[in-house]
Amino acid sequence: MTDATLENAPDAFIRRETLEQQPAPLSVAGPLAWVRTKLFSGPLASLLTLVSLYIVIVAVQDLVKFYILDAVWTGTSREACLADKVGRPVGACWPYVADRIQYFIYGSYPIAERWRVNTVFAMFALGVVWLLWSLAPLKKVGAFFFFVILPLSGFILLLGGARAEWVLNTLLWITLALAVVYAVVSFVPSLALWASTPIRLAEAENPPLARFVQGKMLVLLALLVFGAIEVFSERIGLPRVDTGLWGGMTVTFLISAVGIVFSLPLGVVLALGRRSKLPIIQLMSVIFIEFVRGVPLITVLFMANTMLPLFVPQEYSPDRLLRPLIGVALFASAYMAEVIRGGLQAIPKGQFEGAMSLGLGYWQMMRLIILPQAIRIVIPGIVNTFIGLFKDTTLVSIVGIFDFLNTVQATLVDPTWATPTTRTTGYAFAAIFYFVCCWGMSRYSISVEKRMAAGQRR
Amino acid sequence: MSSIPEKTVSPGKASLFYDPKIRGYFYQILLVAVVGFLIWSAASNVIENLRAQKIASGFGFWHNAAGFDVNQKLIPFTASGSTYGQAFFVGLLNTLLVAALGIVFATVIGFAVGVARLSNNWIIAKLAMIYVEIIRNIPLLLQLFFWYNAVLKPLPDARNSISLPGGIYLNNRGIIMPTPQFGAAFEFVLVALLIAIAAAIAFFVWSRHQQASTGRQYPNGWIALGLVVGLPLLVFFIAGRPLAFEYPQQGRFNLTGGVQVFPEFVALLVGLSTYTAGFIAEVVRAGILAVSRGQTEAAHALGLRSGPTLKLVVVPQAMRVIIPPLTSQYLNLVKNSSLAVAIGYPDLTQVFMGTVLNQTGQAVEMVSITMGVYLTISLVTSFAMNIYNKRMALVER
Repeated sequence: MTDATLENAPDAFIRRETLEQQPAPLSVAGPLAWVRTKLFSGPLASLLTLVSLYIVIVAVQDLVKFYILDAVWTGTSREACLADKVGRPVGACWPYVADRIQYFIYGSYPIAERWRVNTVFAMFALGVVWLLWSLAPLKKVGAFFFFVILPLSGFILLLGGARAEWVLNTLLWITLALAVVYAVVSFVPSLALWASTPIRLAEAENPPLARFVQGKMLVLLALLVFGAIEVFSERIGLPRVDTGLWGGMTVTFLISAVGIVFSLPLGVVLALGRRSKLPIIQLMSVIFIEFVRGVPLITVLFMANTMLPLFVPQEYSPDRLLRPLIGVALFASAYMAEVIRGGLQAIPKGQFEGAMSLGLGYWQMMRLIILPQAIRIVIPGIVNTFIGLFKDTTLVSIVGIFDFLNTVQATLVDPTWATPTTRTTGYAFAAIFYFVCCWGMSRYSISVEKRMAAGQRR
Repeated sequence: MSSIPEKTVSPGKASLFYDPKIRGYFYQILLVAVVGFLIWSAASNVIENLRAQKIASGFGFWHNAAGFDVNQKLIPFTASGSTYGQAFFVGLLNTLLVAALGIVFATVIGFAVGVARLSNNWIIAKLAMIYVEIIRNIPLLLQLFFWYNAVLKPLPDARNSISLPGGIYLNNRGIIMPTPQFGAAFEFVLVALLIAIAAAIAFFVWSRHQQASTGRQYPNGWIALGLVVGLPLLVFFIAGRPLAFEYPQQGRFNLTGGVQVFPEFVALLVGLSTYTAGFIAEVVRAGILAVSRGQTEAAHALGLRSGPTLKLVVVPQAMRVIIPPLTSQYLNLVKNSSLAVAIGYPDLTQVFMGTVLNQTGQAVEMVSITMGVYLTISLVTSFAMNIYNKRMALVER
């Protein structure tokens, strides 16, 4: 075979310069090709596309007609939403939602005291943003705020009355005492050295005083918040608001907040217990987790409602709202434990061995090396569990607590706004509320997942 | 012991206080003591409180007359003549009925939606996505209220029932369907069905054997379908069609005759199946995505067409990923069926933790019986799941 090169190929046409780049032909790129491959790739696909297009158009048309075009937007009573009074077909009755929105948010909480609920809402939002926003500084202080300060001040502000005042005063004394201790320790460095925890390695790096900065911040923050509440309660007064009056989104958020605040630490303990080498601790953790995960939440709520009062002496019978709170917290902690256990299992053995070889004890190893990594891995799982918990808060309506869904249900049987479309409007409003909350949280968990996967991308 | 000099004690020996073993014992004893104390004090309080409130304890109530009626019952039950024990079985059967049907429907819808989300067809994929997002982000209880109160309750009353083809009527009391009336010869059809199933299994075994030894393949699916459907149908016609329907009659005020399917049941079934289907769809999608593209390409490279590739390569591997979370979704469905109590479907929770508990006040017994049932279902399923997982898990070194 002779060499076929440029020189000895007599009749060949050989292009010597590169062609200009051409756009891809219309049949493989561009909108037309997209329609062809993604919508009408074959007879069956075309049929499916047309049928679903038809369904979409009809459904969207109906929804828009009912909830926007035909909907009533203004009005003061049910008359505005009755078709024969208005003289046209009537869709959703939005004035009903506008009229009842206060009830949906606060339940029967006294109007004059609602600023307390708003304050707790604001603190809750601050805590959530602090913890969840990846760029926020001082995460540990934020965690302290969310898991310690928020529940305590929430309790004081929402409940009020003599008991709350007693708690507030006690807390103020404790924080003041701590502040004094820290002040003394800061000014007497040798004391600080003596009081510091026995991590000698870290000590060599950091001057002893620097390690007190965080502690001081926690105390300062606590002092600030509790002091502010004290000032408010002195000025305005915090009369007691019975839990029977609480309701609406307040209770929904309260139950989910209590659920997350208590279930996370409990879940960590249970997860550690389940992975413990001590047989009895492991057995008890497994029994608790599997028992709770094996029964429906409703039965747990019924149990909390009917059996908790039997478990304690009658004079300590728990509050009607406290019972489902305990039930929900215990229920959520079992699920949280399984999520965190997943994180613990994902930590390579080398991390444990490395920590042990540095001479760390069990709790130091867990607190400083393992848990920070494990919990970071399972943040999406924690958020997903929390979404489940948030949806499950609706079940407390079955044991007679007026959560958001139950307040909506309650207004539906109220004759003031009884119209044929009230029910659909109320349910749509509730659905939008839950959807926005849950969907937002799931977006957040996806974004965290992506951020964590960024390190894996090459 | 005194003969041993003190010096031989190893110098590095820590004090008992730092011995991890001793500490372990200490913590465990402490835990047992704390839990034991909690249980003891709770138990003594329960006894005290029950005595104070004059509530009986023990399971003697089981044989007491129930005194309430249940609308949907699969076994005979009357207010006057039945006991709490029978009420338990009525509730349990209702739970199992709605759970079993719910699992079937949820699986069908869930697999369809899950596959649709991966469809090449843009609009189908988006619709499936919208379905999943909406269903998963709205509480089940709200969905049940919607189905029950906003869809089924506003249906016309019995006098203006909506008539559907096949003699089915729809009104606010539920769905009224014709009652099937089986002739004497209908037994033959059932026998034929059993024979057909047995024959299909036998054929399946034989064809696998054939394939293993000779490599020949048979259309197992079609033959099995033909047997299971065809044989009973044939016998049905030979036996002279021993099946008649008694159609509900539209009376002046009400419908008479027919089988009534209660709206509570329909709402619960629809709500549970559509809700769980949303989760199953995600499980299915994740399972299919978990099979790497290389597997499909390798199968094509071996000369398998897309049908066998799916059947022999993709689905078996996807199922390994799908089945464990699928089971937990089934369990969730069973547990969620207890939401029946919110719309008044007489399931186990509603009958036992609702009505019976209110009547007898024996909280401890009712709660433990009801929880015990759900716990048994869960534990048995997860036990079976563990065995399955062990069999299916990839064999590694």
